[in-house]
Amino acid sequence: MAEATASNHESEHQTTTGLNHRKILMWVFLGSDCMFFATLIATYLVYKGKSLSGPMPLDVFSIPVTTVSTFVLLMSSMSMVLAYAALRKGSLKGYRTWILSTVILGSTFLGFQTFEFYEFANHHVHIDCINPVDLTDYEQGLFDKNCKDGVDHYDAQHGLTPKTNLFGTTFFVLTGLHGTHVTIGVIWLMSLFLYSFKKGGVTPERHLDTDLAALYWHFVDVVWIVIFAVVYLFGVFEGFPS
Amino acid sequence: MTTLLIPMIKRPLHPTGIWNWITTIDHKKIGLLYGATAFINFLIGGIEAILIRAQLSGSNADIITPEVYNQLFTMHGTTMIFLAIMPLSAAFFNYLIPLQIGARDVAFPRLNAFSYWVFLAGTIILHSSWLFGSAPNSGWFSYAPLTSVAYNPGHGMDFWIVGLQVLGIASLAASFNFIVTIINMRAPGMTLMRMPLFTWMTFITAILLVLAFPVITVALIELMFDRSFGTNFFFAPAGADPVLWQHLFWVFGHPEVYILILPAMGIVSEILPTFSKKPLFGYSTVILAGAIIAFMGWLVWSHHMFTVGLGPIPNSVFTITTMAIAIPTGIKIFNWIFTMWKGSITFSTPMLYAIGFIVTFTIGGISGVMHAMSSSDAQQQDTYFVVAHFHYVLFGGAMMGIFGGLYYWFPKFSGRMFSEKLGKVQFFLLFIGQNITFFPMHFVGMDGMPRRIYTYSGEMGWTALNALETSGSILVVISVLLFLHNIVKSWRSGEEAPGDPWDARTLEWSISSPPPEYNFEVIPEVHTVDEWWARKRGLLGEQSPSVGSNEKGEIHLPQPSFWPLVSAIGIFIGGYGLIYSYPVAIVGLVIMMVGVYSWSFEPVNDPD
Amino acid sequence: MAMQNINKASDSTKVDTSHSEHPSAVTYFKVAVALCLLTGLEVVVFFFEWLSYGIIPVLAVLSVVKFALVIMFYMHLKYDHRLFSTLFLTGLFLAIGVIFALMALFGWFNAG
Ligand code: HEM
Ligand SMILES: [Cu+2]
Repeated sequence: MAEATASNHESEHQTTTGLNHRKILMWVFLGSDCMFFATLIATYLVYKGKSLSGPMPLDVFSIPVTTVSTFVLLMSSMSMVLAYAALRKGSLKGYRTWILSTVILGSTFLGFQTFEFYEFANHHVHIDCINPVDLTDYEQGLFDKNCKDGVDHYDAQHGLTPKTNLFGTTFFVLTGLHGTHVTIGVIWLMSLFLYSFKKGGVTPERHLDTDLAALYWHFVDVVWIVIFAVVYLFGVFEGFPS
Repeated sequence: MTTLLIPMIKRPLHPTGIWNWITTIDHKKIGLLYGATAFINFLIGGIEAILIRAQLSGSNADIITPEVYNQLFTMHGTTMIFLAIMPLSAAFFNYLIPLQIGARDVAFPRLNAFSYWVFLAGTIILHSSWLFGSAPNSGWFSYAPLTSVAYNPGHGMDFWIVGLQVLGIASLAASFNFIVTIINMRAPGMTLMRMPLFTWMTFITAILLVLAFPVITVALIELMFDRSFGTNFFFAPAGADPVLWQHLFWVFGHPEVYILILPAMGIVSEILPTFSKKPLFGYSTVILAGAIIAFMGWLVWSHHMFTVGLGPIPNSVFTITTMAIAIPTGIKIFNWIFTMWKGSITFSTPMLYAIGFIVTFTIGGISGVMHAMSSSDAQQQDTYFVVAHFHYVLFGGAMMGIFGGLYYWFPKFSGRMFSEKLGKVQFFLLFIGQNITFFPMHFVGMDGMPRRIYTYSGEMGWTALNALETSGSILVVISVLLFLHNIVKSWRSGEEAPGDPWDARTLEWSISSPPPEYNFEVIPEVHTVDEWWARKRGLLGEQSPSVGSNEKGEIHLPQPSFWPLVSAIGIFIGGYGLIYSYPVAIVGLVIMMVGVYSWSFEPVNDPD
Repeated sequence: MAMQNINKASDSTKVDTSHSEHPSAVTYFKVAVALCLLTGLEVVVFFFEWLSYGIIPVLAVLSVVKFALVIMFYMHLKYDHRLFSTLFLTGLFLAIGVIFALMALFGWFNAG
């Protein structure tokens, strides 16, 4: 991170475009990372509806929960941009507050994701055989198989793991690699937060260090915007093969 | 953590001997390291090729077992593409780009060192699979489901996956670096349309690379998860479609072939004008054609999958796009020919290579258009005809271009002249040998000889041509040895080279051979394409030839560093960890983190 | 186009330390509110069954707007040098193209 100041003399003053090397690097990297997520999303979509057994998105997704975690991640982006604005204004205190809040929100998002993964892996099916309501296709299948006469309800564990079916495989690897990106971001921001306590570590002149971390962080956020719509909302939309 | 480490490990400010190379971040030294390592890989890949040819030299031969044969052709292809041609191109990028754009180094010198060390790590990981008893054996494109644990137990595929993943990190890091360098480090006055052609092709290659490699990265991750954690990406019993692997591989794979050829095209576009004493014909057209090729390279990938059964519509679409891509390729070929037209040509060794490149590459392009037609490709797919095609474009194209470049810039790299006589003999041996090796493959291929079979029956009538091919490959071996002899001997005791032995055109020739550590005493100011030529010929009129901003006294060069190497060692250990034991992978990760952190907090320059 | 951008900038060797005017905290806050509202809207739209297949374009547009808001305002693409947009959008458009091409090849858009 110290590269910025040190290279100011050499690079920034003499670059062809007048732009900073590291910032160009960051944008090229983000363009490249688009292809990374595109491949994962394409894999997910190509296999959508091709799973041979459940559980399916409709069985495990809880849109309200994911809406909250999406909200948390969006807020972390706002918090990040406020941290950067505070730094530009020279308020180190504001910077620390906002960057810490970004770290907390990011960690909260990761907490949600862990919770979600755990819930999916321990998905539990309960069917009232006498009076079945609102069964998903998968549950209907279980109903047909298990609700023979005399049985009044069916209870069993049907966890979703990366091994369970194609949905599990593509879902966990896509969101897991997104989560890995978030984790790296949290570590990066945490490092900046700690570094800000070192004298001269984080200063308005060296705002670029934070600018780059922020770009990365927002990018992770926009990828989630896509995942939320494509994987979650479209995932439970009945019009598509589920 | 790092505040503790940095004082503990002192920065190597003035390293000597071998440490000078280990900690270097000078783009020229890194270029030489890249070149030497990649050429050794080229020799290893060559040994593998010779074993393949020996086995095929007669019918029903059993010089090597079928299992080893599979490993040989897999490692040969993987080595030549990822460990030889790509890094040889990278050697040129490293050495030449800063010189051609009038800069003192690349934008991120330590990242550059990191690229090299990670490339070396990937090289060792891949080759070491031989020592661990199981080299990968599923071909350089490793189609699913042949790569699943069920059909491919043992660690061969894991070596392949991890090796390519590590090499991908190296290539990506290098490409990010060169994109920024070319955008942002050009000398004053060097607009994009005054950049040397080689710089342009490097720029386009790097952009292709950063967009194509993420695709194979993800495909490899998916394959690794299938093998290691039992996921279902390519597992048909769970409903998966193994054809997805083919798509992902070729979405990457076709841009990859342009990553292999564009640098060679750049090299040839530098050699031809120099030895024809004429500017490149249609400078901007050649650039535009390169850009169009790079763009269209994304639209053709399924031509590798014509016989999979994608259906008539995809096959037709990809037939049309593939045929169309021959147009910009043809434009380039005509531009090169017109460059020589009415020029005063010197037939020196690099020039012979450039001309040889045009000839053999064109033949490869023509066979390419032949199987661009999906219906005729049904006859050619997976036969020796395809092997002939890609050897014409890769050996006759990319490698010939690289050989030409090695000769052309040898005086600049070494400060010595090579033996022109030996060079010419070597060229003709290589040119003839390569054509004897690969041309008959068209015929046996059309006659139905499948690729990747380890032997064939004498009744097929392929024996004579195969024997001929093997004899051609011996000529190639002799000529490569001759090349090595020439280079080693000339480097030791060749005649001293002036700064500009060829009366060339671009900025790297305006400084001494080999260049001083800081490259340019005074950063040049650029007024036109072929700036150096224009200055020599006094075409710039009254203008003062160079207006420098920096006096020699205050040149600040970035200083050597350990951390790129430490980070790369972490990746190296982590790589073996992924293959054999996850705790070791974590150790690697920690070492890498220590390297990256220390690197981040280490200033580019410490006061002496 | 990108070419001209890069060249134009090369005429001035001045340092661009502050990328022109930056939006104020209020703007950032407004964007955040918009993002939340749009997400809320997405979820609401989603529970309206009568929209049927209509939710596809609606959700797509809403997500694109969110995406654009973040990259334009939070990532400053609206205020920064055009080169940054060019670099990023190259990757982004290619990514979208590859996704749709693969969907087409795997029969997503086949009738029936
Ligand atoms: C005029 C331009 C070109 C056209 C129309 C073309 C067309 C094709 C087609 C249709 C195939 C598939 C053949 C099959 O598997 O049945 C193919 C294979 C191949 N091409 Fe080209 N090609 C062209 C240029 C190049 C260049 C410049 C390179 C690399 C430098 C290249 C490298 C390859 C390789 C490596 C393969 C075989 C991959 C494999 O199956 O292992 N081609 N080409
Ligand atoms: Cu191809």
